[in-house]
Amino acid sequence: MKAQSKLITTTILSALAGGVVIGGWTIYPRARAAYAQSSQVSPVHAVPQATAGGVVVELCDGVTHTEVTGLKPGQAMTHAQALAVTGKLMAEWQRKHPGEKWLMAQASDQGTPGTAEPAAEASGGGARNIGGPGAAEQGAKLRSQQGDTYASFHDRDYKVWKAETDAFVAQGSEIFHSAKLLGGTIGVSCDMCHPNAANTHPETYPKYQEQLQKVALLRDMINWCIENPVKGKTLDPNDPKMRALEAYILASRKGTPLDYGKH
Amino acid sequence: MAIRHKSIESKFYEDRERVLKALRNCDRRTFLKITAATMGAVMAKGLMPPHTFQLVEVANAAVTKGWESAGAQGALPFRFAYISDAHLYERTLNQRFVRAIVKAVDDVNALDPQPDFVLYGGDLAQLGSPAQLEMGRQILMGLKAPVKMMVGEHDWFLDLGEKWQELFGPPTYSFDWKGVHVVVLQSVYEKDFWTARKMTPEERMQTVAGLDNGIQSRFQVGGAQREWLKKNLAKVPVTTPILVFSHSPLYKYYRNWNFWTEDAEQVQAILKPYNKVTVIHGHTHQMLMNQIGNISFYGMLSTAWPWPYAPEGLPPLTIQMNRADPFDQFDGCGDGQFNARADGLVDTIYNLWDRNPVTVKASYLTSGGKVDRPPAPQFASY
Repeated sequence: MKAQSKLITTTILSALAGGVVIGGWTIYPRARAAYAQSSQVSPVHAVPQATAGGVVVELCDGVTHTEVTGLKPGQAMTHAQALAVTGKLMAEWQRKHPGEKWLMAQASDQGTPGTAEPAAEASGGGARNIGGPGAAEQGAKLRSQQGDTYASFHDRDYKVWKAETDAFVAQGSEIFHSAKLLGGTIGVSCDMCHPNAANTHPETYPKYQEQLQKVALLRDMINWCIENPVKGKTLDPNDPKMRALEAYILASRKGTPLDYGKH
Repeated sequence: MAIRHKSIESKFYEDRERVLKALRNCDRRTFLKITAATMGAVMAKGLMPPHTFQLVEVANAAVTKGWESAGAQGALPFRFAYISDAHLYERTLNQRFVRAIVKAVDDVNALDPQPDFVLYGGDLAQLGSPAQLEMGRQILMGLKAPVKMMVGEHDWFLDLGEKWQELFGPPTYSFDWKGVHVVVLQSVYEKDFWTARKMTPEERMQTVAGLDNGIQSRFQVGGAQREWLKKNLAKVPVTTPILVFSHSPLYKYYRNWNFWTEDAEQVQAILKPYNKVTVIHGHTHQMLMNQIGNISFYGMLSTAWPWPYAPEGLPPLTIQMNRADPFDQFDGCGDGQFNARADGLVDTIYNLWDRNPVTVKASYLTSGGKVDRPPAPQFASY
């Protein structure tokens, strides 16, 4: 089972190594570098020379290959021919890996993938586990859907996104703790009244703020604080600093139930 | 266009700008006219400083205050006032904190009868600079009653107490007052976290000034000072009421914000044999009270800004103060008094600015909250 998920991961990696835009979403620069690096260390398939004047077709496992005689380089095979060649390669692979299964995402006639495996393995290479009542059943044949956008994301993606978000939150924290970065003129920073963003209660916005004479969002209060206790210039609502401050404040209140309008 | 309410402080700045503009190009006669006019306008409104701008210079008092215990003879009861946690920046940078401590000095000077002495609860300076400490000393010299100084971490960690000791003497000392034995501790020592990180004195001070960075060490009284305390108390009979002045709380409230004394249990153990012990501490900038065994604990208010209550570790006996209004710079801040009663226990009055004062009686603490419960806040912190 372990080799199975490894195979799938390798397949995906080699597919992704070349491309940058996959399935409508972009890999961010850091991730791109990671993928580029992985392609450098992946093994090279030592493809033998054609001996019978045909074309050598290699399998993605890096070792299996077959020669298609009568085919000139650059010439396309017929559909039937292609099926025969790939079938031969698959048979060769299955001969080398007895008892293992190759998951066919589109093979609907064989049932959805993972019919004989628990959800963790079946969704391949670590896609998000589907929790809920079904997952708890012992020995149950769990099925997970594949092929749509959110099911295509894997652990590596989540790691990348988390790193980006945490970096942004850290930026916000830096601004929050610095009178200078806030543009304050009297040496007062947010953390003086709000250590660890305590008492910011972002979950209570929107609410009517009497002193502003309007319904306020979190960023309106942030701006009021920057203008008054901190004595700096108000930020444009879409200023990266404002967004980072919001990010930090929201992150610090993770898990607090939303309660808009609470005074 | 929607009406926007300005904070009291913004109005203050606008008044100030107006006056300063008028002063920019005028001769002596005009200057005197303007100052007289502003004084008149202010008095007509019935406003006392610092609610609006007046050209007031803090007098550099040539007269030295009676730092020594003048009224040590006599008996309980007695009253003393406190001002704490002023966190002064240089005036050119920040006037808000200066106005706040001046307001506290005015409050204490207006008390009738005057208190026996005034405890300054620590954190006179914000970043421990000589200028900040000197200015703080100047302002406190305006107090009519004698002042007992206590050091805070913001005063200490720029130069490890050099300037503080030059201005105010040793940070650890004791005195007897009307039958009460008073001990003043330096309870904000920290294990060296700066040498390994190659920090400059300014960086060290900035790190200590930040409440929520995890870099600084937790506060402690330290072995040497605990030994001093043992020796100091050895001659005191167990029936004598003890007052301990400390900047950190001498118990463990919230570690992440250094609302904490690392060797609290050891210090409490030294105080355990005494029948009546009250610890008065600063640092927490909020209404805070606790009872551990025989020891009652009171936290003092700050003049500069209020801290929110910590997410955990709040002593169950604490009655929170109403949530501070950010639109009012003085809300949640203030000064206060302590009454050392005839029985040797201590009541406190929290003189919250722009709010009704709150009295907390010793009986509330010693009864475990059963009697004399102070009024509850309408809006707690969250």
